Amino acid sequence: MTQVAIDHASHRTALAGGLSGAILGRALRDAFVKLNPVKLVRNPVIFTTWIVALLATVSAAAGIGSGQGFGFALQLALWLWATVLFANVAESVAEGRGKAAADSLRATRVTTKAKLIVDPITGAIVPTPAHELDVGAIILVEAGDVIASDGEIIEGVASVNEAAITGESAPVIRESGGDRSAVTGGTTVVSDWIKVRITAKPGATFLDRMIAMVEGADRRKTPNELALGVLLAGLTLVFLIAVVTLLGLGAYSGVKLDPIVLGALFITLIPTTIGGLLSAVGIAGMDRLLKVNVLATSGRAVEAAGDVDTLLLDKTGTITFGNRMAVEVIPVPGVRPEAALRAAIMGSLADETPEGRSIIELGRNAGLSLSLPVGARAIPFSAVTRQSGVDAGGKTWRKGAVDAVLKTVGLDEGQAPAEFRQAVDRIARSGGTPLAVAEDGVLVGVIHLKDVVKPGVKERFADLRRMGLRTVMITGDNPVTAAAIASEAGVDDFLAEATPEDKMRLIKAEQARGRLVAMCGDGANDAPALAQADVGVAMQTGAQAAREAGNMVDLDSDPTKVIEIVEVGKQLLITRGALTTFSIANDVAKYFAIIPAMFVVGLPALGALNIMGLHSPQSAILSAVIFNALVIIALIPLALRGVKYRAIGAGKLLSRNLLIYGLGGLVAPFVGIKLIDIVISALGLA
Amino acid sequence: MNIQGWGEIALTLGLACLLGRPIGVYMSRVWNGERTWLDPVMKPVEGVFYKLGGVDPARSQGWLGYAGALLAFNLAGFLFLYAMLRLQGVLPLNPQGFDGVSPHLAFNTAVSFVTNTNWQSYGGETTMSSLTQMAGLTVQNFVSAATGATIAAALARAFIANRGSGVGNFWADLVRTTLWLLLPLSFVLAIVLVGLGVTQTLAANATATTLEGGQQTLSLFQTASQLAIKQLGINGGGVFNANSAHPFENPTPLTNLITAVSINVMGWAAFFAFGRSVLAKKEARALATAAFLILFACTAGIYVAESQPAPALVAAGIEQPVNMEGKETRFGLAASSAWAGQTTGASNGSVNAMHGSLMPLSGGLTMFLMALGEILPGGIGSGIAIMVVMAMLSVFVAGLMVGRTPEYLGKKIEAREIQFAMIAVLVLPLAILGFTAIAAVLPTAMEGLLNHGPHGLSEMLYAYISASANNGSAFAGLTANAPWWNTTLGISMLAGRFVPAVAVLAIAGTLVAKPRLAPSTGTLPTHGPLFIGLLIGVILILGGLQFFPALSLGPIVEHFQMLAAGAGV
Repeated sequence: MTQVAIDHASHRTALAGGLSGAILGRALRDAFVKLNPVKLVRNPVIFTTWIVALLATVSAAAGIGSGQGFGFALQLALWLWATVLFANVAESVAEGRGKAAADSLRATRVTTKAKLIVDPITGAIVPTPAHELDVGAIILVEAGDVIASDGEIIEGVASVNEAAITGESAPVIRESGGDRSAVTGGTTVVSDWIKVRITAKPGATFLDRMIAMVEGADRRKTPNELALGVLLAGLTLVFLIAVVTLLGLGAYSGVKLDPIVLGALFITLIPTTIGGLLSAVGIAGMDRLLKVNVLATSGRAVEAAGDVDTLLLDKTGTITFGNRMAVEVIPVPGVRPEAALRAAIMGSLADETPEGRSIIELGRNAGLSLSLPVGARAIPFSAVTRQSGVDAGGKTWRKGAVDAVLKTVGLDEGQAPAEFRQAVDRIARSGGTPLAVAEDGVLVGVIHLKDVVKPGVKERFADLRRMGLRTVMITGDNPVTAAAIASEAGVDDFLAEATPEDKMRLIKAEQARGRLVAMCGDGANDAPALAQADVGVAMQTGAQAAREAGNMVDLDSDPTKVIEIVEVGKQLLITRGALTTFSIANDVAKYFAIIPAMFVVGLPALGALNIMGLHSPQSAILSAVIFNALVIIALIPLALRGVKYRAIGAGKLLSRNLLIYGLGGLVAPFVGIKLIDIVISALGLA
Repeated sequence: MNIQGWGEIALTLGLACLLGRPIGVYMSRVWNGERTWLDPVMKPVEGVFYKLGGVDPARSQGWLGYAGALLAFNLAGFLFLYAMLRLQGVLPLNPQGFDGVSPHLAFNTAVSFVTNTNWQSYGGETTMSSLTQMAGLTVQNFVSAATGATIAAALARAFIANRGSGVGNFWADLVRTTLWLLLPLSFVLAIVLVGLGVTQTLAANATATTLEGGQQTLSLFQTASQLAIKQLGINGGGVFNANSAHPFENPTPLTNLITAVSINVMGWAAFFAFGRSVLAKKEARALATAAFLILFACTAGIYVAESQPAPALVAAGIEQPVNMEGKETRFGLAASSAWAGQTTGASNGSVNAMHGSLMPLSGGLTMFLMALGEILPGGIGSGIAIMVVMAMLSVFVAGLMVGRTPEYLGKKIEAREIQFAMIAVLVLPLAILGFTAIAAVLPTAMEGLLNHGPHGLSEMLYAYISASANNGSAFAGLTANAPWWNTTLGISMLAGRFVPAVAVLAIAGTLVAKPRLAPSTGTLPTHGPLFIGLLIGVILILGGLQFFPALSLGPIVEHFQMLAAGAGV
């Protein structure tokens, strides 16, 4: 049985490994490659830093900043370069994990030739490289073969090992027709054979898309990233104005300003922290999804996940275990409860259905373990008798539909004991299924079969409610059953006797009310709804149409995953907001470090603003620049890990994060700059 | 400082905010086209304007159409006023026989009144004829104020719309705000002020015999009618050079209280009107609370700073308990401090004390209040509009921390909105710091300075802040009636008025088309104390970060030098 509360450790993933030394090494190398200004233009804040670092280097070399000494100018220039480099390291490290995952995926690409069927009648095959397979081509895949490309089974049934994609080594059954007919390139047929019609163009297979996504090759900026980029560029302009105009204001005030110092002030003021970490935060968000084995087709989808208001959840498999389970056996008057239970178990010993096994399980939990007597004869269930059972040693046990069993024991509905009829009624009303039990042709009791809500689901939904999400249960059950399960699971609403069209209507209605909707699905008939939903999570085991319609694919095919996806989305946005707030709040302290340092020579009265008591003007400026560079490095782990999301409601969450990242952002640089100042003045660097 | 003084400040600031509420409800009814008791009188008058202009008031314009109409109307107003100023000498109703004004002064003055700034490079009683005052300047006092209100009305419609298209009709908003709101309120206020001794006459001058037996000619003017709209329209341009320190403009403590309250009342009203029109009263109250708290804190700062005697004077043994330089003894310290805070917090710019004589820190505070973008509560409509932009920026920066992409009042804040918000925010530092930095090294410009050193820098900085923020108050000391100052201050006023106005309308244009989202418990609440604190933080940090370096070279260094001078003697 799967657990609802998802255990990260159990998600062995081929895709997301830890941060190994190799990844770090490559990240450092990449950080230098990224100094290429053509690539940096994408990030205006860091590009601006690059330009200032270059200007500072040139003027340090030319001795323009000689008023402050060559060593000082050089140190400033070097730390400005370090700022750019640290931002690059952040991005490279974030990309590193994806690249490592992409490499392992690439290794699974098909190198052997596919068996292309050139003549459907004779079945003649021609070995063909995978990249020459066009859409519509039909290939034969036999045991031991790797499937060359994505496709649909048109003939045959086979067990397929999909470990290359999902990391799950247990083979799955794939067969023609229905929702289990899709196969993925790179997976291996373990037994039997299938004929597959290719559905993906060469280079556009699921595997290819996956590699591109984990590598971040076609990573586009998300809407929120774009907006944040505009804000950061705007702030950069504001500070450009504030710093450049100091030339005129300073000249009026009789202060000669060193251009390198002005450049340093400018760089410390512009939001280099968030500017340097922004893309790392985005990549890390995708990466966190990968860790839970979910593949998003775009960063936009991850962002939308954080905004979801309404969650549509299929009842079966998500809220309840897929099968009905026995929860009690109610005896008829005059029969001891143990006897009724024993009869129910005996009647189920030969029953391999989940319902049957749940009855045996119920007995085991009550301390009653029985085994099939030697020479017992199993009476299988049939649509005619609508009951099953066991004959052994001259005794008979039967269980089945109430009216069918009553008929077997020779009773009319009205003749059954009143207590029995009441129990049957009660079970039906609560959304359960009653099964009558007879021993040796005598009615002994009724089994209560029930759709059991998974443990922990109710608490999970309460969390979601605190996050501001509404949960809607979708089920094919009748409204009575649906209502009973809905109230037990604690969902906010339910849609009973739902057809795919109903689902679609519900999504559109929610969206019209200004809500964002997330859902998961696997069937071909889910495809339109998956496409309509703002976040559509398709199951990897699902139909090809569903996988193409959704904007995420869950490689574990676990429908509860959508809850985690929402959390990852929120975490991504919170991290971005926290770092932005921190970055801007930092500026206050930098003013108090640099402004007095710049002007104190010409206007000694401004020394009063040196509230940190920094050693000298030079050490003050250098400390601010060093802090500004080091804070990027210090925050890389947070950017990669993400700020923890807590389901405590928006108000509380905001006050908590404002306290940590807003107030913390105000205070931290005062402490940090002071400490750096102590160190560099002790070392005699300034 | 004393209890009475604090009481006076609390009363003036508080009364304006309280009175703003009912007027705001009325303003919102006017914006929404709901029924009002003035309908029987004004509807026919309104109809005449539409018929003359060929305007269909029911046709809602897109943001471009709306902004285009706004700019066209203001351009026409500018040209008309410019011509009138130049031709003043040959036009009637000129009892004092004033000449036409110089081209650069005419440009500056026309821009100044069209942009609701009312910066005055001239002395009113010695430059402007009665015709210019009444038909030129006062007309602009009304319509420039109404123009500001239209911006907020359009923005409100954008927020309330759910996938809409139009933001309203500029002409209808303009006409209705003038007829329903500004005219009747000014009429009532003017009558009250006349009753309290403010002059109102078409006669030229009165001649008085002084105690020494000399003859003095006193200008009288139709002051009350101008004064009423000068305050209510948050214009600030006085008939007299001394503005509201002049006894004919502000004869008694009671007129001082009434006119001080009327500086801010319409600004607050626009806050409440916006809240009612957007069905977000709680959110608008939060914006007003944030604005009020900053305004009160800064005003208190001014009062405290002014209550300290200058250290150098104390050290020199000169008895001076408080800083009374440049203040009217009739009003005293508290009333002058309250006025200084209110007039710079709003984009009014009228004064009842000389800001150049404030202590350095209070002078700095008045500059800071203006540089925040005139949002405390600012001009009618223009104040709330920029305040909403600040709220959007706050939501955008910190709102992500609740784990949702930012939204404000049910509308998602995305790249386009942030882009226009940044344009609205950027124009102030660009004009203020840019021009000040150039003027600071330009000999032509510095000829206008009375002082040098930090105080001289403050004179320049104050002038550009006042012009760019459309405040219009002056720091004194700067002789601005010269080509450089008239021209650059005029450009600052134009940029400070129309760039944010068009940017806000552009935001309205993008918001109007968006769906109005339903709030959930996961949505960032934008009405509680937390949000108010956040908003205050963002406003102060953003404003502070932009202007701290410049202010540190002006008032801040002057403050420390003053302390040092006191300690040194």
